[in-house]
Amino acid sequence: MKYTILVYESTADFTARTDGARRDAYWGAYRAYTKALADAGVMVGGAGLQPPPLATTVRLRDGKRQVQDGPFADTKEQLGGYYVIEVPGLDQALDWAARCPSASSGSVEVRPNLSM
Amino acid sequence: MAAAEDALGDALVSALEAWPRVGIPANPDAWLLAAARRRLVDASRHAKVEAAAAPALEMLLGRVGHADVTDAVLSDERLKLLFVCAHPAIDDAARTPLMLQTVLGLDAARIASAFLVAPATMSQRLVRVKAKIRDAGIRFDVPEPGELASRVDAVLEAIYAAFGSGWDDVAGADPRRRGLADEAIWLGRLVARLLPGEPEALGLLALMLHCEARRLARRDTHGRYVPLDQQDVTRWSRAMIDEAEQVLAAAASAGRPGRFQLEAAIQSAHTRRAVTGRTDWEAIALLYEGLLLCGATIGARVGQAAALARARDAAAGLAVLDEIPLDSVLTYQPYWALRAHLLKRVGRPAEAGESYARAIGLSEDSAVREFLAAESGA
Repeated sequence: MKYTILVYESTADFTARTDGARRDAYWGAYRAYTKALADAGVMVGGAGLQPPPLATTVRLRDGKRQVQDGPFADTKEQLGGYYVIEVPGLDQALDWAARCPSASSGSVEVRPNLSM
Repeated sequence: MAAAEDALGDALVSALEAWPRVGIPANPDAWLLAAARRRLVDASRHAKVEAAAAPALEMLLGRVGHADVTDAVLSDERLKLLFVCAHPAIDDAARTPLMLQTVLGLDAARIASAFLVAPATMSQRLVRVKAKIRDAGIRFDVPEPGELASRVDAVLEAIYAAFGSGWDDVAGADPRRRGLADEAIWLGRLVARLLPGEPEALGLLALMLHCEARRLARRDTHGRYVPLDQQDVTRWSRAMIDEAEQVLAAAASAGRPGRFQLEAAIQSAHTRRAVTGRTDWEAIALLYEGLLLCGATIGARVGQAAALARARDAAAGLAVLDEIPLDSVLTYQPYWALRAHLLKRVGRPAEAGESYARAIGLSEDSAVREFLAAESGA
Protein backbone atom coordinates (compact mmCIF):
# COMPACT_ATOMS: atom_id res chain seq x y z
CA MET A 1 0.00 0.00 0.00
CA LYS A 2 1.21 3.47 -0.84
CA TYR A 3 0.74 6.22 1.73
CA THR A 4 1.61 9.89 1.71
CA ILE A 5 3.09 11.39 4.85
CA LEU A 6 2.16 15.08 4.90
CA VAL A 7 4.57 17.06 7.03
CA TYR A 8 2.92 20.06 8.70
CA GLU A 9 5.37 22.40 10.32
CA SER A 10 5.03 25.17 12.88
CA THR A 11 6.41 28.66 12.31
CA ALA A 12 9.28 27.71 14.62
CA ASP A 13 10.09 24.73 12.35
CA PHE A 14 10.18 26.94 9.27
CA THR A 15 12.47 29.47 10.94
CA ALA A 16 14.72 26.63 12.20
CA ARG A 17 15.59 25.89 8.58
CA THR A 18 17.72 29.02 8.34
CA ASP A 19 18.37 29.87 12.00
CA GLY A 20 22.11 29.70 12.75
CA ALA A 21 21.70 27.88 16.07
CA ARG A 22 19.02 25.40 15.01
CA ARG A 23 19.73 24.85 11.33
CA ASP A 24 22.07 21.88 11.74
CA ALA A 25 19.73 20.03 14.10
CA TYR A 26 16.75 20.64 11.79
CA TRP A 27 18.39 19.43 8.59
CA GLY A 28 20.27 16.65 10.37
CA ALA A 29 17.00 15.23 11.68
CA TYR A 30 15.33 15.32 8.24
CA ARG A 31 18.37 13.90 6.46
CA ALA A 32 18.46 11.05 8.99
CA TYR A 33 14.73 10.41 8.68
CA THR A 34 14.92 10.36 4.88
CA LYS A 35 17.89 8.01 5.03
CA ALA A 36 16.08 5.67 7.44
CA LEU A 37 13.11 5.52 5.02
CA ALA A 38 15.39 4.79 2.09
CA ASP A 39 17.50 2.20 3.98
CA ALA A 40 14.38 0.39 5.13
CA GLY A 41 13.31 0.17 1.47
CA VAL A 42 9.96 1.91 1.93
CA MET A 43 10.65 5.25 0.24
CA VAL A 44 8.82 5.90 -3.03
CA GLY A 45 9.35 9.65 -3.35
CA GLY A 46 8.69 13.02 -1.82
CA ALA A 47 9.82 16.60 -1.63
CA GLY A 48 10.57 19.34 0.81
CA LEU A 49 8.71 22.57 0.10
CA GLN A 50 9.79 26.19 0.37
CA PRO A 51 8.02 28.05 3.21
CA PRO A 52 4.38 29.29 2.88
CA PRO A 53 5.22 32.93 2.04
CA LEU A 54 6.58 31.64 -1.27
CA ALA A 55 3.26 29.96 -2.09
CA THR A 56 0.87 31.30 -4.70
CA THR A 57 -2.73 30.10 -4.74
CA VAL A 58 -4.88 30.06 -7.87
CA ARG A 59 -8.67 29.72 -8.08
CA LEU A 60 -11.13 29.99 -10.94
CA ARG A 61 -14.51 31.37 -9.87
CA ASP A 62 -17.27 32.03 -12.37
CA GLY A 63 -14.68 31.94 -15.09
CA LYS A 64 -12.57 34.58 -13.34
CA ARG A 65 -9.05 33.92 -12.19
CA GLN A 66 -8.18 34.72 -8.61
CA VAL A 67 -4.49 34.64 -7.82
CA GLN A 68 -3.42 35.13 -4.23
CA ASP A 69 -0.05 35.40 -2.53
CA GLY A 70 0.46 32.80 0.15
CA PRO A 71 -0.98 29.38 0.96
CA PHE A 72 -4.61 28.35 0.37
CA ALA A 73 -5.47 28.69 4.04
CA ASP A 74 -3.75 30.63 6.77
CA THR A 75 -3.34 28.03 9.48
CA LYS A 76 -0.91 27.76 12.39
CA GLU A 77 0.83 24.79 10.84
CA GLN A 78 1.63 24.65 7.16
CA LEU A 79 2.62 21.97 4.71
CA GLY A 80 6.41 21.79 4.68
CA GLY A 81 6.94 18.71 2.58
CA TYR A 82 5.74 15.18 1.95
CA TYR A 83 6.97 11.64 1.60
CA VAL A 84 5.37 8.84 -0.39
CA ILE A 85 6.07 5.45 1.16
CA GLU A 86 5.14 1.87 0.37
CA VAL A 87 4.40 -0.30 3.41
CA PRO A 88 2.15 -3.30 4.17
CA GLY A 89 -0.55 -1.25 5.93
CA LEU A 90 -1.63 1.75 7.96
CA ASP A 91 0.02 0.50 11.18
CA GLN A 92 3.45 0.62 9.56
CA ALA A 93 2.67 3.96 7.92
CA LEU A 94 1.83 5.40 11.36
CA ASP A 95 5.11 4.01 12.77
CA TRP A 96 6.96 6.01 10.14
CA ALA A 97 4.81 9.08 10.68
CA ALA A 98 5.66 9.07 14.40
CA ARG A 99 9.38 9.14 13.59
CA CYS A 100 9.04 12.21 11.37
CA PRO A 101 10.68 15.16 13.16
CA SER A 102 7.59 17.36 12.79
CA ALA A 103 5.52 14.82 14.79
CA SER A 104 7.00 16.35 17.95
CA SER A 105 6.87 20.00 16.86
CA GLY A 106 4.01 20.20 14.33
CA SER A 107 1.75 17.49 12.93
CA VAL A 108 2.04 14.62 10.54
CA GLU A 109 -0.91 13.46 8.49
CA VAL A 110 -1.02 10.05 6.85
CA ARG A 111 -3.27 9.36 3.83
CA PRO A 112 -3.56 6.27 1.71
CA ASN A 113 -2.82 7.10 -1.93
CA LEU A 114 -5.54 6.53 -4.49
CA SER A 115 -4.55 3.82 -6.90
CA MET A 116 -4.76 5.19 -10.42
CA MET B 1 -24.93 -7.16 33.15
CA ALA B 2 -23.17 -4.99 30.55
CA ALA B 3 -23.98 -1.88 32.55
CA ALA B 4 -22.65 -3.54 35.70
CA GLU B 5 -19.41 -4.31 33.89
CA ASP B 6 -19.23 -0.70 32.74
CA ALA B 7 -19.67 0.50 36.29
CA LEU B 8 -16.95 -1.84 37.48
CA GLY B 9 -14.72 -0.57 34.67
CA ASP B 10 -15.38 3.02 35.74
CA ALA B 11 -14.55 2.12 39.31
CA LEU B 12 -11.24 0.66 38.20
CA VAL B 13 -10.43 3.79 36.30
CA SER B 14 -11.30 5.97 39.27
CA ALA B 15 -9.17 3.67 41.43
CA LEU B 16 -6.25 4.32 39.10
CA GLU B 17 -6.81 8.01 39.54
CA ALA B 18 -7.29 7.89 43.31
CA TRP B 19 -4.81 5.32 44.52
CA PRO B 20 -1.62 7.16 43.66
CA ARG B 21 -2.98 10.08 45.69
CA VAL B 22 -4.57 8.36 48.67
CA GLY B 23 -2.73 5.05 48.71
CA ILE B 24 -4.09 1.62 47.94
CA PRO B 25 -6.82 0.59 50.35
CA ALA B 26 -6.37 -2.54 52.46
CA ASN B 27 -9.01 -4.47 50.55
CA PRO B 28 -8.93 -3.15 46.98
CA ASP B 29 -11.71 -5.34 45.67
CA ALA B 30 -14.20 -4.37 48.36
CA TRP B 31 -13.27 -0.76 47.69
CA LEU B 32 -13.81 -1.26 43.97
CA LEU B 33 -17.19 -2.84 44.48
CA ALA B 34 -18.25 0.00 46.71
CA ALA B 35 -17.00 2.47 44.13
CA ALA B 36 -18.73 0.57 41.32
CA ARG B 37 -22.02 0.61 43.21
CA ARG B 38 -21.63 4.33 43.76
CA ARG B 39 -20.88 4.91 40.08
CA LEU B 40 -23.84 2.83 39.03
CA VAL B 41 -26.15 4.70 41.35
CA ASP B 42 -24.76 8.00 40.04
CA ALA B 43 -25.14 6.82 36.48
CA SER B 44 -28.72 5.66 36.94
CA ARG B 45 -29.60 8.88 38.67
CA HIS B 46 -28.00 11.21 36.17
CA ALA B 47 -28.00 9.40 32.85
CA LYS B 48 -31.07 7.22 33.41
CA VAL B 49 -29.21 4.03 32.64
CA GLU B 50 -31.65 1.15 32.20
CA ALA B 51 -33.03 0.06 35.52
CA ALA B 52 -31.93 -3.47 34.64
CA ALA B 53 -28.31 -2.62 35.34
CA ALA B 54 -28.80 -2.00 39.04
CA PRO B 55 -30.14 -5.49 39.79
CA ALA B 56 -27.31 -6.99 37.76
CA LEU B 57 -24.72 -5.31 39.92
CA GLU B 58 -26.72 -6.09 43.03
CA MET B 59 -26.63 -9.71 41.93
CA LEU B 60 -22.89 -9.51 41.52
CA LEU B 61 -22.66 -7.90 44.93
CA GLY B 62 -25.14 -10.39 46.37
CA ARG B 63 -23.06 -13.30 45.14
CA VAL B 64 -20.00 -11.96 46.83
CA GLY B 65 -21.63 -10.56 49.95
CA HIS B 66 -19.15 -9.60 52.61
CA ALA B 67 -15.72 -8.16 52.04
CA ASP B 68 -13.77 -11.37 52.64
CA VAL B 69 -15.88 -13.41 50.22
CA THR B 70 -15.74 -10.53 47.77
CA ASP B 71 -12.05 -10.94 47.27
CA ALA B 72 -12.13 -14.64 46.39
CA VAL B 73 -15.04 -14.58 43.96
CA LEU B 74 -14.17 -11.35 42.19
CA SER B 75 -10.54 -12.39 41.90
CA ASP B 76 -11.58 -15.60 40.26
CA GLU B 77 -13.78 -13.78 37.75
CA ARG B 78 -11.06 -11.31 36.90
CA LEU B 79 -8.49 -14.03 36.50
CA LYS B 80 -10.75 -15.79 34.01
CA LEU B 81 -11.18 -12.52 32.15
CA LEU B 82 -7.39 -12.06 31.92
CA PHE B 83 -7.01 -15.57 30.51
CA VAL B 84 -9.77 -15.01 27.94
CA CYS B 85 -8.09 -11.79 26.77
CA ALA B 86 -4.76 -13.57 26.21
CA HIS B 87 -6.25 -16.75 24.75
CA PRO B 88 -4.06 -18.41 22.06
CA ALA B 89 -6.94 -18.20 19.56
CA ILE B 90 -6.80 -14.42 19.79
CA ASP B 91 -4.37 -12.49 17.62
CA ASP B 92 -1.29 -11.41 19.64
CA ALA B 93 -1.75 -7.78 18.70
CA ALA B 94 -5.33 -7.72 19.99
CA ARG B 95 -4.68 -9.24 23.42
CA THR B 96 -3.35 -6.20 25.22
CA PRO B 97 -5.97 -3.79 23.84
CA LEU B 98 -8.71 -6.25 24.78
CA MET B 99 -7.34 -6.58 28.30
CA LEU B 100 -7.09 -2.82 28.71
CA GLN B 101 -10.65 -2.39 27.55
CA THR B 102 -12.38 -5.20 29.41
CA VAL B 103 -10.37 -5.32 32.64
CA LEU B 104 -9.55 -1.63 33.01
CA GLY B 105 -12.33 -0.03 31.00
CA LEU B 106 -10.02 2.17 28.89
CA ASP B 107 -11.64 3.57 25.77
CA ALA B 108 -10.55 2.50 22.31
CA ALA B 109 -9.23 5.96 21.37
CA ARG B 110 -6.82 6.05 24.30
CA ILE B 111 -5.63 2.50 23.60
CA ALA B 112 -5.20 3.39 19.92
CA SER B 113 -2.98 6.37 20.78
CA ALA B 114 -0.84 4.31 23.13
CA PHE B 115 -0.23 1.69 20.45
CA LEU B 116 0.06 4.15 17.56
CA VAL B 117 -2.88 2.66 15.70
CA ALA B 118 -5.69 4.58 13.98
CA PRO B 119 -8.66 4.85 16.43
CA ALA B 120 -11.10 3.46 13.85
CA THR B 121 -8.81 0.48 13.26
CA MET B 122 -8.53 -0.17 17.00
CA SER B 123 -12.31 -0.08 17.47
CA GLN B 124 -12.77 -2.53 14.59
CA ARG B 125 -10.14 -4.87 16.00
CA LEU B 126 -11.82 -4.88 19.41
CA VAL B 127 -15.22 -5.55 17.92
CA ARG B 128 -13.82 -8.33 15.74
CA VAL B 129 -11.99 -10.02 18.61
CA LYS B 130 -15.08 -9.97 20.81
CA ALA B 131 -17.10 -11.55 18.01
CA LYS B 132 -14.42 -14.21 17.73
CA ILE B 133 -14.59 -14.97 21.45
CA ARG B 134 -18.34 -15.42 21.13
CA ASP B 135 -18.37 -17.33 17.81
CA ALA B 136 -15.44 -19.60 18.58
CA GLY B 137 -16.93 -20.36 21.99
CA ILE B 138 -13.73 -19.45 23.86
CA ARG B 139 -14.39 -20.55 27.41
CA PHE B 140 -14.41 -18.17 30.33
CA ASP B 141 -12.16 -20.38 32.42
CA VAL B 142 -8.90 -20.78 34.27
CA PRO B 143 -6.71 -23.13 32.16
CA GLU B 144 -5.94 -26.71 33.18
CA PRO B 145 -2.66 -27.21 35.08
CA GLY B 146 -1.05 -28.75 31.98
CA GLU B 147 -1.41 -25.59 29.90
CA LEU B 148 -1.33 -23.09 32.74
CA ALA B 149 2.33 -22.07 32.32
CA SER B 150 2.05 -21.13 28.64
CA ARG B 151 -1.27 -19.39 29.21
CA VAL B 152 0.20 -17.39 32.10
CA ASP B 153 3.06 -16.34 29.80
CA ALA B 154 0.55 -14.98 27.29
CA VAL B 155 -1.17 -12.94 30.03
CA LEU B 156 2.17 -11.55 31.23
CA GLU B 157 3.30 -10.71 27.68
CA ALA B 158 0.08 -8.79 27.13
CA ILE B 159 0.59 -6.80 30.34
CA TYR B 160 4.20 -6.05 29.46
CA ALA B 161 3.10 -4.82 26.03
CA ALA B 162 0.86 -2.30 27.80
CA PHE B 163 3.84 -1.13 29.85
CA GLY B 164 5.93 -0.48 26.75
CA SER B 165 2.94 0.47 24.58
CA GLY B 166 4.77 -0.47 21.44
CA TRP B 167 8.05 1.29 22.16
CA ASP B 168 11.24 -0.41 21.12
CA ASP B 169 13.11 0.75 24.13
CA VAL B 170 11.08 0.95 27.33
CA ALA B 171 14.05 2.20 29.32
CA GLY B 172 14.63 5.15 27.02
CA ALA B 173 11.08 6.33 26.52
CA ASP B 174 10.24 9.93 27.22
CA PRO B 175 8.93 10.19 30.79
CA ARG B 176 6.25 12.63 29.65
CA ARG B 177 4.87 10.00 27.33
CA ARG B 178 4.17 7.46 29.99
CA GLY B 179 1.98 5.37 27.78
CA LEU B 180 0.07 2.99 29.95
CA ALA B 181 2.78 2.30 32.53
CA ASP B 182 0.51 2.89 35.54
CA GLU B 183 -2.20 0.68 34.09
CA ALA B 184 0.33 -2.06 33.32
CA ILE B 185 1.77 -1.97 36.83
CA TRP B 186 -1.75 -2.14 38.23
CA LEU B 187 -2.45 -5.21 36.10
CA GLY B 188 0.93 -6.64 37.12
CA ARG B 189 0.04 -6.28 40.79
CA LEU B 190 -3.34 -7.82 40.16
CA VAL B 191 -1.99 -10.86 38.34
CA ALA B 192 0.81 -11.35 40.89
CA ARG B 193 -1.82 -11.40 43.61
CA LEU B 194 -4.19 -13.68 41.67
CA LEU B 195 -1.43 -16.17 40.81
CA PRO B 196 0.75 -16.30 43.91
CA GLY B 197 2.37 -19.56 42.77
CA GLU B 198 3.71 -18.10 39.52
CA PRO B 199 7.20 -16.59 39.96
CA GLU B 200 7.11 -15.10 36.46
CA ALA B 201 4.15 -12.92 37.46
CA LEU B 202 6.29 -11.54 40.29
CA GLY B 203 9.22 -11.23 37.87
CA LEU B 204 7.17 -9.07 35.53
CA LEU B 205 6.02 -6.85 38.39
CA ALA B 206 9.62 -6.43 39.62
CA LEU B 207 10.77 -5.58 36.07
CA MET B 208 8.13 -2.90 35.59
CA LEU B 209 8.79 -1.39 39.03
CA HIS B 210 12.53 -1.20 38.33
CA CYS B 211 11.96 0.56 34.99
CA GLU B 212 9.39 2.89 36.50
CA ALA B 213 11.69 3.75 39.43
CA ARG B 214 14.13 5.37 37.00
CA ARG B 215 11.63 7.27 34.90
CA LEU B 216 12.45 10.72 36.27
CA ALA B 217 16.19 10.22 35.81
CA ARG B 218 15.87 9.57 32.08
CA ARG B 219 15.88 13.30 31.40
CA ASP B 220 18.04 15.93 33.05
CA THR B 221 16.61 19.19 34.37
CA HIS B 222 16.87 20.68 30.85
CA GLY B 223 14.87 17.81 29.35
CA ARG B 224 17.90 16.18 27.74
CA TYR B 225 18.07 12.40 27.37
CA VAL B 226 20.33 10.66 29.89
CA PRO B 227 21.45 7.07 29.18
CA LEU B 228 20.99 4.57 32.01
CA ASP B 229 24.65 4.33 33.04
CA GLN B 230 24.91 8.10 33.41
CA GLN B 231 21.68 8.68 35.31
CA ASP B 232 21.76 10.55 38.60
CA VAL B 233 20.95 7.77 41.07
CA THR B 234 19.51 10.25 43.56
CA ARG B 235 16.66 10.77 41.09
CA TRP B 236 15.70 7.09 41.17
CA SER B 237 12.72 6.17 43.34
CA ARG B 238 14.17 4.35 46.35
CA ALA B 239 10.74 3.12 47.48
CA MET B 240 9.94 1.58 44.11
CA ILE B 241 13.37 -0.06 43.85
CA ASP B 242 12.98 -1.55 47.34
CA GLU B 243 9.61 -2.96 46.43
CA ALA B 244 10.98 -4.35 43.14
CA GLU B 245 13.83 -6.06 45.00
CA GLN B 246 11.44 -7.64 47.52
CA VAL B 247 9.15 -8.86 44.77
CA LEU B 248 12.07 -10.28 42.79
CA ALA B 249 13.44 -12.05 45.87
CA ALA B 250 10.03 -13.64 46.45
CA ALA B 251 9.97 -14.79 42.81
CA ALA B 252 13.48 -16.22 43.01
CA SER B 253 12.63 -18.25 46.11
CA ALA B 254 10.41 -20.45 43.93
CA GLY B 255 13.52 -21.69 42.13
CA ARG B 256 11.92 -21.47 38.68
CA PRO B 257 13.67 -18.74 36.72
CA GLY B 258 12.15 -17.39 33.54
CA ARG B 259 12.27 -14.56 31.06
CA PHE B 260 10.70 -11.86 33.23
CA GLN B 261 12.70 -12.76 36.34
CA LEU B 262 15.89 -12.55 34.26
CA GLU B 263 14.91 -9.21 32.80
CA ALA B 264 14.11 -7.96 36.29
CA ALA B 265 17.46 -9.27 37.51
CA ILE B 266 19.21 -7.30 34.73
CA GLN B 267 17.43 -4.14 35.86
CA SER B 268 18.25 -4.98 39.46
CA ALA B 269 21.95 -5.29 38.52
CA HIS B 270 21.85 -1.81 36.96
CA THR B 271 20.23 -0.51 40.12
CA ARG B 272 23.12 -1.77 42.26
CA ARG B 273 25.13 1.19 40.96
CA ALA B 274 23.20 3.33 43.45
CA VAL B 275 24.85 1.31 46.25
CA THR B 276 28.23 0.22 44.86
CA GLY B 277 28.95 3.14 42.53
CA ARG B 278 29.74 0.80 39.65
CA THR B 279 27.91 -1.48 37.20
CA ASP B 280 28.82 -5.16 37.02
CA TRP B 281 28.69 -5.57 33.23
CA GLU B 282 29.99 -9.17 33.30
CA ALA B 283 27.02 -10.16 35.48
CA ILE B 284 24.65 -8.32 33.17
CA ALA B 285 26.14 -10.02 30.09
CA LEU B 286 25.67 -13.37 31.82
CA LEU B 287 22.03 -12.59 32.62
CA TYR B 288 21.45 -11.69 28.97
CA GLU B 289 23.01 -15.03 28.04
CA GLY B 290 20.37 -16.69 30.22
CA LEU B 291 17.66 -14.54 28.68
CA LEU B 292 18.72 -15.67 25.20
CA LEU B 293 18.31 -19.28 26.35
CA CYS B 294 14.67 -18.45 27.16
CA GLY B 295 14.08 -17.61 23.50
CA ALA B 296 16.15 -15.12 21.52
CA THR B 297 14.61 -11.75 20.90
CA ILE B 298 16.38 -8.96 19.04
CA GLY B 299 16.17 -6.80 22.16
CA ALA B 300 18.05 -9.39 24.25
CA ARG B 301 20.77 -9.78 21.61
CA VAL B 302 21.29 -6.03 21.45
CA GLY B 303 21.30 -5.86 25.27
CA GLN B 304 23.90 -8.60 25.42
CA ALA B 305 26.05 -6.80 22.85
CA ALA B 306 25.91 -3.60 24.91
CA ALA B 307 26.88 -5.43 28.11
CA LEU B 308 29.76 -7.31 26.46
CA ALA B 309 31.04 -4.09 24.93
CA ARG B 310 31.28 -2.64 28.44
CA ALA B 311 32.55 -5.78 30.16
CA ARG B 312 35.24 -6.46 27.54
CA ASP B 313 35.62 -4.11 24.59
CA ALA B 314 33.66 -2.51 21.79
CA ALA B 315 34.80 -5.18 19.31
CA ALA B 316 33.20 -7.92 21.42
CA GLY B 317 29.91 -6.03 21.30
CA LEU B 318 30.17 -5.47 17.55
CA ALA B 319 30.80 -9.17 17.01
CA VAL B 320 27.44 -9.95 18.64
CA LEU B 321 25.68 -7.28 16.54
CA ASP B 322 27.26 -8.64 13.35
CA GLU B 323 25.60 -12.00 13.96
CA ILE B 324 22.10 -10.50 13.94
CA PRO B 325 20.47 -10.83 10.48
CA LEU B 326 20.16 -7.37 8.97
CA ASP B 327 16.58 -7.78 7.78
CA SER B 328 15.40 -8.26 11.38
CA VAL B 329 16.77 -4.87 12.48
CA LEU B 330 15.87 -2.63 9.54
CA THR B 331 13.66 -0.46 11.74
CA TYR B 332 14.95 -1.40 15.21
CA GLN B 333 16.36 1.85 16.60
CA PRO B 334 18.35 0.47 19.60
CA TYR B 335 20.42 -1.73 17.25
CA TRP B 336 21.52 1.25 15.14
CA ALA B 337 22.19 3.47 18.15
CA LEU B 338 24.43 0.84 19.75
CA ARG B 339 26.10 -0.03 16.46
CA ALA B 340 26.91 3.62 15.81
CA HIS B 341 28.38 4.03 19.29
CA LEU B 342 30.54 0.90 19.02
CA LEU B 343 31.76 1.69 15.47
CA LYS B 344 32.86 5.08 16.73
CA ARG B 345 34.72 3.49 19.64
CA VAL B 346 36.64 1.07 17.39
CA GLY B 347 37.67 3.91 15.08
CA ARG B 348 35.39 3.39 12.07
CA PRO B 349 33.97 6.94 11.89
CA ALA B 350 32.45 6.79 8.39
CA GLU B 351 30.37 3.69 9.19
CA ALA B 352 29.55 5.14 12.61
CA GLY B 353 28.15 8.25 10.93
CA GLU B 354 25.92 6.13 8.69
CA SER B 355 24.60 4.20 11.68
CA TYR B 356 24.04 7.38 13.72
CA ALA B 357 21.96 8.81 10.87
CA ARG B 358 19.98 5.59 10.74
CA ALA B 359 19.36 5.62 14.50
CA ILE B 360 18.36 9.29 14.48
CA GLY B 361 15.98 8.69 11.59
CA LEU B 362 14.32 5.84 13.48
CA SER B 363 13.90 7.76 16.76
CA GLU B 364 10.49 9.06 17.70
CA ASP B 365 11.76 11.10 20.58
CA SER B 366 13.35 14.47 19.84
CA ALA B 367 15.48 14.29 23.04
CA VAL B 368 16.94 10.99 21.85
CA ARG B 369 17.55 12.46 18.39
CA GLU B 370 19.45 15.36 19.92
CA PHE B 371 21.50 13.05 22.15
CA LEU B 372 22.52 10.90 19.19
CA ALA B 373 23.30 13.92 17.01
CA ALA B 374 25.57 15.32 19.74
CA GLU B 375 27.26 11.95 20.20
CA SER B 376 27.83 11.50 16.47
CA GLY B 377 29.43 14.90 16.22
CA ALA B 378 31.56 14.64 19.35
